[in-house]
Amino acid sequence: MSGLGYARAPSLAGAVEALGRHAGAEIVAGGTDLLQRLEEEVLPPELLIDITGLDGLRAIEVGESEVRLGALVRLNEVIDYEALRAAFPAIVEALAVTASPQVRNLATVGGNPLQKTRCLYFRDRTTPCNRREPGTGCSALQGRNRINAILGGSEHCIATHPSDFAVAMTALDAKAVLASTRGERSLAFADLHRLPGDTPQHEYNLRRGEIIKGYIIPRAVLARQSHYLKVRDRGEFEWAISSAAVALELDMAGTIVRARVAVGGVATKPWRLPQVEFALRGRPAEPAVFASAASLATEGAVAHGDNAYKLRLLPRTVARALNELRERL
Amino acid sequence: MQDAANDAGDLDVRSTVDLTLAVNGEDHRLEVPARTTLLDALRDRLHLNGTKKGCGIGQCGACTVLLDGQRVNACLVLAVMAEGRHITTIEGLHGPAGELHPLQQAFIDHDGFQCGYCTPGQIMSGVACIAEGHAGSRAEIRQHMSGNICRCGAYVNIVAAIEATAGGADR
Amino acid sequence: MGVIGQPVPRVDGPAKVAGKATYAAEFHPEGLAYAATVRATVPHGRVASFDTTGAEALPGVIAVLTHENAPRLPWQPVEQAPVDPGGGEQLKPLQSDRILFAGQPIALVVAESQEAARDAASRVRFTCIAEAGAGLIFDPARARPPSEGTQESYPAEWERGDTEGALAASAVQVEGDYLQPRLYHNAMEPHATIAAWDTDGGLTLWDKSQWVDNFRDQIARNFGLDENEVRVISPFVGGAFGAALRCWPHVTLAAMAAKVVERPVRLELTRRELYTSIGFRPQTLQNVRLGADGDGRLRGIVQTAWGLTSAYEDYGEEVLDPTGMLYDAESAKTVYRLVEVDTNTPTPMRGPGAVTGVFAMEMAIDELADAAGIDPLEFRLRNYAERDRKKDLPFSSKALRDCYATAARRFGWEKRNPERRSMRADGMLVGYGMASAVWPAMRSPASVRVRLFANGTAVVRTAASDMGPGTYTSMTQVAAEMLDLPMERVTFELGDSTLPMAPVHGGSMTMASVGSAVAAGCTRLCQEIGRLGDAKDGEHPVETLKRLRRDSFEVEGKAEPGKEAETHSSYAFGAVFAEVRVDPDLGTVRVSRLVGAYDGGVIVNPRTARSQAIGGMVQGIGMALMEAGEWDERLGRVMNANLAEYLVPVHADIEELDAVFVESEDRILNPLGVKGIAEIALCGVAPAIANAVWHATGLRIRELPLTPDRLLMAEEWAEGMPA
Ligand SMILES: Cc1cc2nc3c(=O)[nH]c(=O)nc-3n(C[C@H](O)[C@H](O)[C@H](O)COP(=O)(O)OP(=O)(O)OC[C@H]3O[C@@H](n4cnc5c(N)ncnc54)[C@H](O)[C@@H]3O)c2cc1C
Ligand code: FES
Ligand code: FES
Repeated sequence: MSGLGYARAPSLAGAVEALGRHAGAEIVAGGTDLLQRLEEEVLPPELLIDITGLDGLRAIEVGESEVRLGALVRLNEVIDYEALRAAFPAIVEALAVTASPQVRNLATVGGNPLQKTRCLYFRDRTTPCNRREPGTGCSALQGRNRINAILGGSEHCIATHPSDFAVAMTALDAKAVLASTRGERSLAFADLHRLPGDTPQHEYNLRRGEIIKGYIIPRAVLARQSHYLKVRDRGEFEWAISSAAVALELDMAGTIVRARVAVGGVATKPWRLPQVEFALRGRPAEPAVFASAASLATEGAVAHGDNAYKLRLLPRTVARALNELRERL
Repeated sequence: MQDAANDAGDLDVRSTVDLTLAVNGEDHRLEVPARTTLLDALRDRLHLNGTKKGCGIGQCGACTVLLDGQRVNACLVLAVMAEGRHITTIEGLHGPAGELHPLQQAFIDHDGFQCGYCTPGQIMSGVACIAEGHAGSRAEIRQHMSGNICRCGAYVNIVAAIEATAGGADR
Repeated sequence: MGVIGQPVPRVDGPAKVAGKATYAAEFHPEGLAYAATVRATVPHGRVASFDTTGAEALPGVIAVLTHENAPRLPWQPVEQAPVDPGGGEQLKPLQSDRILFAGQPIALVVAESQEAARDAASRVRFTCIAEAGAGLIFDPARARPPSEGTQESYPAEWERGDTEGALAASAVQVEGDYLQPRLYHNAMEPHATIAAWDTDGGLTLWDKSQWVDNFRDQIARNFGLDENEVRVISPFVGGAFGAALRCWPHVTLAAMAAKVVERPVRLELTRRELYTSIGFRPQTLQNVRLGADGDGRLRGIVQTAWGLTSAYEDYGEEVLDPTGMLYDAESAKTVYRLVEVDTNTPTPMRGPGAVTGVFAMEMAIDELADAAGIDPLEFRLRNYAERDRKKDLPFSSKALRDCYATAARRFGWEKRNPERRSMRADGMLVGYGMASAVWPAMRSPASVRVRLFANGTAVVRTAASDMGPGTYTSMTQVAAEMLDLPMERVTFELGDSTLPMAPVHGGSMTMASVGSAVAAGCTRLCQEIGRLGDAKDGEHPVETLKRLRRDSFEVEGKAEPGKEAETHSSYAFGAVFAEVRVDPDLGTVRVSRLVGAYDGGVIVNPRTARSQAIGGMVQGIGMALMEAGEWDERLGRVMNANLAEYLVPVHADIEELDAVFVESEDRILNPLGVKGIAEIALCGVAPAIANAVWHATGLRIRELPLTPDRLLMAEEWAEGMPA
């Protein structure tokens, strides 16, 4: 084998067929995470299957009850699509604070949730890392883990899932449509990612040779009344140290009928907080209620040193997001 | 050349690619490893050095070029994936008589740089920022220019240059 | 009115905005081959074995060099003050199996393309044997004094008066520990070298250099060449901030590779490699103890610093230089220690030493002012030093009082409510803070060649550099004024070691040194032409040349410091005021406003000078709020070695910056009256911001950077800070 192989997928069927057949093959869409990994030799693929010519994956279809996004839709295309802004503010807001305008012109919604973690050890190929090299140990557990997860970790891995978009999708009950040689199936977005457990190298519930064809996002009051808040160290161009996608549906009296809360930057996968949602339901939409519900966000959270601040930051992020949303309703 | 990937179905797998890049309205034929980025093709193969490499992994914006009119990081695009697209680099920004683009001139007027290394990327990004309609206020410009790092810290001058050029473009 | 002092646009502006300025990696000599490095993975030990067969088998690979097959270089001793550390021995790449730090280059692949070289480098197999080294933990308990030879610059101990007695007798006292992490230059242009040997054994290097003469001398010694057999070319430098002062090992590697493969070779470092291939601002811990009497007169200062150095070189900095001179204290004492860590050697980074020392001192002064119940600005004015009490010399110039007043007025300091956590806006806590800044004004010998042509143009040449401040422009201004020519008729050339000798482009002294030489050269040129042509007063030398039917005339100009350092103490000064907005829940900090007033002597070009000053402010915001190399104490590695996780400010972090220069000139220091502005602009920014954060929140966070985690974990915050 000499150097990386490259091929254009002739069709969706051809792509999934080839992907299933060759263990070292990976899909390339926007390339914005893949090229970082190639350059830094972090799990570099041997063969790239370029799906960007598959025009069928490029559509945004806005229907009565749902919106369908093709996997090849670029992040900026979602942001610029007026109807989506009104239908799913949390998704559009999450994308608007993702990466940079240049990256967003390349990156696709299909590739975004499949970007790899930013864990400092995962990204430095010379260090032990169970996710990159199973069995070598997790360097982050007792290392520089300021950006690592407090939720969903295991003794084998505490890598944070980095996508902003995925957090909003999880909150809004989106579904992923997956394609393989065996046909199509759909999967709740919340089930797309796996917990690291003792096999952190298996990050997704995608079967071998399966690709994301697109997403279905239900249109609902809840989705319209949603919001995404991202906290980071610098003003722009950084992954979240903590984030929250929230959605509220109120009755005439201002009582919360439905609530959705998912968080990012703090967990090993996009993280729904059902206990917070439960605590909000049936209560008036007001700051004290938000604060007490948000305080449940860290249930089961474990800190590892440098990332202990997230125990404080996370509830405040959730509460702030709810308050900001409330002001808009 | 033995390629482990050769058995990948009817895929036409190549580890060396022969391609044509349309840069600033001119076609360039070249043969490069499949792994070659658009950035390295521009700099090392075509000797179009105006597009800069600051990190090679999307994290600085120095390599910003326009791909079919949209700004992208040339280091995050494989050269082979840029085939058939219109690539505009800083070398192609000038007017028909070779005159500077108004934003280039504004960078000089507002001293929007020191070392100049991030400058082509800032300018390409700035041109797109204005074209996208994201130059309505200083805050908006800052937000939409944050993918371009300037370690010399010329930010306020860069924003002033973009603001002035956008204002001029509106009129 | 002359062109000196005018805000003229940069002469190299048109080239830079058009992408036509050529940086080190962008030359394309015929037959260029590409190199990539293989790096050690253990922090101390030996390379036990290599297997290079996989790499060598790849198409396009020309050579794989390791210590087993690399040529042994003569490496004649040379130590280039002030850029090389005074003690220890520099890294000699591929000369032995020793590993001194993780990330050290241990092999080099040369190939037909950059891609092939990188690909092959990743296939070089090797085994390392880890051995116990100095240690990976920055532990002050292991500290030692700097080595003998270096103590003139940074003494292990220094004291004036009886500090302990003065402190004991002080009505108010404060003490604190201040930690500044490893900071990385991260200039946008990665370091790169292109090396090409010619048939007579001469070597040309295209490089990124703040001192081409140093690179020439060092490489000549390493390869046992005569100085004039080496030529170093560096017309444009894409930022450096100190990182391109030393001739780093990769420069030698490139030249070595080119020698072996008998072709020109380019070695361009990746961003990640930069974290171990060049230096960084060393992590430094400081303890400051201050005492004042009831009306805020400083009585005693004790400042102790523990700076990090590598285990193979003794890198120290003048962290404690400001301690004894910044304020008019009755007594002062400094203690300086080094802590060895198995890492690459630190190096000067913009404002080396002073930026670090002033950060601790100016936070401590703020604390003392608060303890004494005195406004921080007023406190500094009460302790204003009219004379350098450390050197016991008068200042050659000092306009710091003006800086305080000017900056305070522009900032609106009088609107500050002295009560902490008292100011709010848009739901954010607002804080005002300020700090002083200081940087020694220096000067070195420099020389130029000036040629005047009868067609009314002139060329001035010297081996100086321009890493961004505008050397090309300001020197053209000086020459144009001295020659009484329009600027567009004067060309200034630099960045080539075959040109007349120039000092290091650092320490804020290019203007004072090279500028003085340009002035001297131009003056001499005019005098000599005048003498030659027996010119009458008022005849322009161009006219004289024409009259003499001479095409052109050339002279050398030289300038060097006199004995002023024996009679005067020279410093640039500044005052920085910061307004911050702190999110009371999330702990995020934004700098909404910065105002700086600087005493940098005569300002040759207010436009480029302002750019330099606001650039320093931006880096100061980075230092205060986000920058830190995250060192893993088990692996001996900086983990966030990129530009996404080592955070530097982006557009969105920078709002209003206001930089002004107060009326000032220093003709004692040099004939142009300049002092320098590069370093002073970074100094004082971080403490001003930290003091503002304290004012906003009541939290004294003495460890940089002030990221949300630090704020959120601060004790007071935990106790229900949001009000
Ligand atoms: C400097 C920088 C900053 C960034 N900041 C942020 C940020 O703040 N927030 C954030 O969320 N993201 C951020 N990103 C990440 C960026 O959003 C992702 O890299 C991008 O969305 C990935 O999409 P892509 O199309 O480029 O994927 P690619 O890089 O092409 O692919 C990524 C992965 O997904 C797989 N893949 C792609 N498409 C499919 C598909 N349809 N089906 C199956 N597998 C597929 C690929 O095989 C690969 O494994 C940043 C990136 C950069 C470079
Ligand atoms: S070089 Fe492409 S973003 Fe830095
Ligand atoms: S001008 Fe030097 S990095 Fe922007």
